[in-house]
Amino acid sequence: MPVVVEAQNLQKNYNGFPAVAGIDFKIQKGQCFGILGPNGAGKTTVVAMIYCFHPVSGGKLTVLGNDINDDPRAIKKRLGVVPQENNLDLELSVRENLLIYAGYYGIKREVAEKKAEELLYFFGLSAKAGQEVDKISGGMKRRLTIARGLIHTPDLLILDEPTTGLDPQSRRLIWEHLRRLKKNGLTLILTTHYLEEASQLCDDLIIMDKGVILDEGKPVDLINKQVGTKVIEVDIEPNRRNSLINSVKNLIRGYQLADATIYLFIPEDETEVMKFLNASDYANTYQVRPANLEDVFLKLTGRGLSYEDDTGHESTSYAKTS
Amino acid sequence: MKAQATPKLRKWALYYSPLNRWALKVFARNLFVFRKTWTTNLAFNIVEPLLYLAALGAGLGMLVEDVEGMSYTQFIAPGIVATSAMWAAAAECSYDSFVRMYYQKIYHAIVATPINLQEVVAGELLYGTFKSVLSGTIITIVIAALGLVPSPWALLIPAVLVLNGMAFSQLAMIWTGIVPKIDNFAYFFTLIITPMFLFSGVFFPMDVLPAILQQLAWLLPLYHIVALLRSLTLGIVNIDLVFHVLWLLVFILIIFPLPQYLMRRRLIK
Repeated sequence: MPVVVEAQNLQKNYNGFPAVAGIDFKIQKGQCFGILGPNGAGKTTVVAMIYCFHPVSGGKLTVLGNDINDDPRAIKKRLGVVPQENNLDLELSVRENLLIYAGYYGIKREVAEKKAEELLYFFGLSAKAGQEVDKISGGMKRRLTIARGLIHTPDLLILDEPTTGLDPQSRRLIWEHLRRLKKNGLTLILTTHYLEEASQLCDDLIIMDKGVILDEGKPVDLINKQVGTKVIEVDIEPNRRNSLINSVKNLIRGYQLADATIYLFIPEDETEVMKFLNASDYANTYQVRPANLEDVFLKLTGRGLSYEDDTGHESTSYAKTS
Repeated sequence: MKAQATPKLRKWALYYSPLNRWALKVFARNLFVFRKTWTTNLAFNIVEPLLYLAALGAGLGMLVEDVEGMSYTQFIAPGIVATSAMWAAAAECSYDSFVRMYYQKIYHAIVATPINLQEVVAGELLYGTFKSVLSGTIITIVIAALGLVPSPWALLIPAVLVLNGMAFSQLAMIWTGIVPKIDNFAYFFTLIITPMFLFSGVFFPMDVLPAILQQLAWLLPLYHIVALLRSLTLGIVNIDLVFHVLWLLVFILIIFPLPQYLMRRRLIK
């Protein structure tokens, strides 16, 4: 499979602070590639280098066959960008946003008009075409931003936290659209701190924290490799933790402590551990559930993926309770 | 020797290359928005200078004897054209550009396309120049209708307004590249634009000022614009005009790289 993006020892420093500290990855044509990590992990910096906004501080970055330093214009012609912050043109209507943006690429008016109608239809925005951008909902703005990134039929679409700040319904609608784009063969790069988003959409992903890659692979492989298939969450008194762990350590793959909970990572079969917990009086409460990417992240970093968003209130990835 | 000079020259030429077809696309975006809002947009640019002309010409003019052999209204009319065009460019590339760059993130949106940031800046400058030429030309037509433009040399006024528009769009854009907050433009207008408005020979002949101030005025772009417009309006055409044009051209060319440089430094880390 042809490689669309390749990073070799890619680095980015901001005034001496290493936001991206020498990472390597390859993105294949036609896949949805995820960059997963908490805020400040360096995800946005990585994609901003790919779309030629931030200059690279060190290493090599090749996008669509071109070195990033050689001809950014040639690269930018072929990729679409959906930035984290909506930057739609508020002085234009929904349709005009697409048409004027097409103008920046030098697309002929008739071609742009046809493509704009297609995209408005695809994203369910046809009825809003004449509206001012200010008047449409947050989910629609997001869809319009994605449509705008596709106006020139790019070979690669970069989405920086495409569903952050959206309600669950709007989020699922966007996932649906992204799935359809992927099915049509478009290569996607997606940054996110939503584990469910990463596991639903990504074929391949890297988990980043503090500018480095902690692990990479397919979501399922990563979970199997790092955690196993199941996790038992055990609520337990702190002074009894060690004795529980000692008792079950031959039955588990590993464990992780977080607040009052112990996460026991089960390779395949949880029956033996459950039998033990049922028979003993160690745990106040306990439950078994399938392992997910949050467990992988917890294991790799020792902390969860919860984050402070821009509005200041704490929100946690809602994939946690599945 | 020559081998060294060529790349250096090329590096300098790079600062001027953004004035290209990509910049025109940014200009086209602004023009598109202008076509939706031009009535209110232009009205402010035109009503205010005419108020000045009415108040100062018909009001203050009653108290003033002829200036340099003409009525006071005739004396200030070309200067009003120059200042209104200056305000149009300065306002467009300061407040309006800042809103597009800082609040609406339009520059960010555009640089994700094949257009680069220097071309965005160049497109903004072209638009500031366009608005400046447009409002200056309309005022010229209005004062001509009032019988204040006796010479056909006035047909060259739009060409001078291009220099005017470019010079003040650039000065404003330099501030847009620097100021942390939109309120900080007050300094630009109070310290640069208003003194220029008052001391460039719009309202009184420069020779009433002390010699030192007359010499300082030579440093102000608006001084040269006013001299040019007054000469063309009255048909007093001589070699001095060439020097005023040259002064403006050199000024425009020298500061041209600055807004691009500052905007890059501001947005691209």
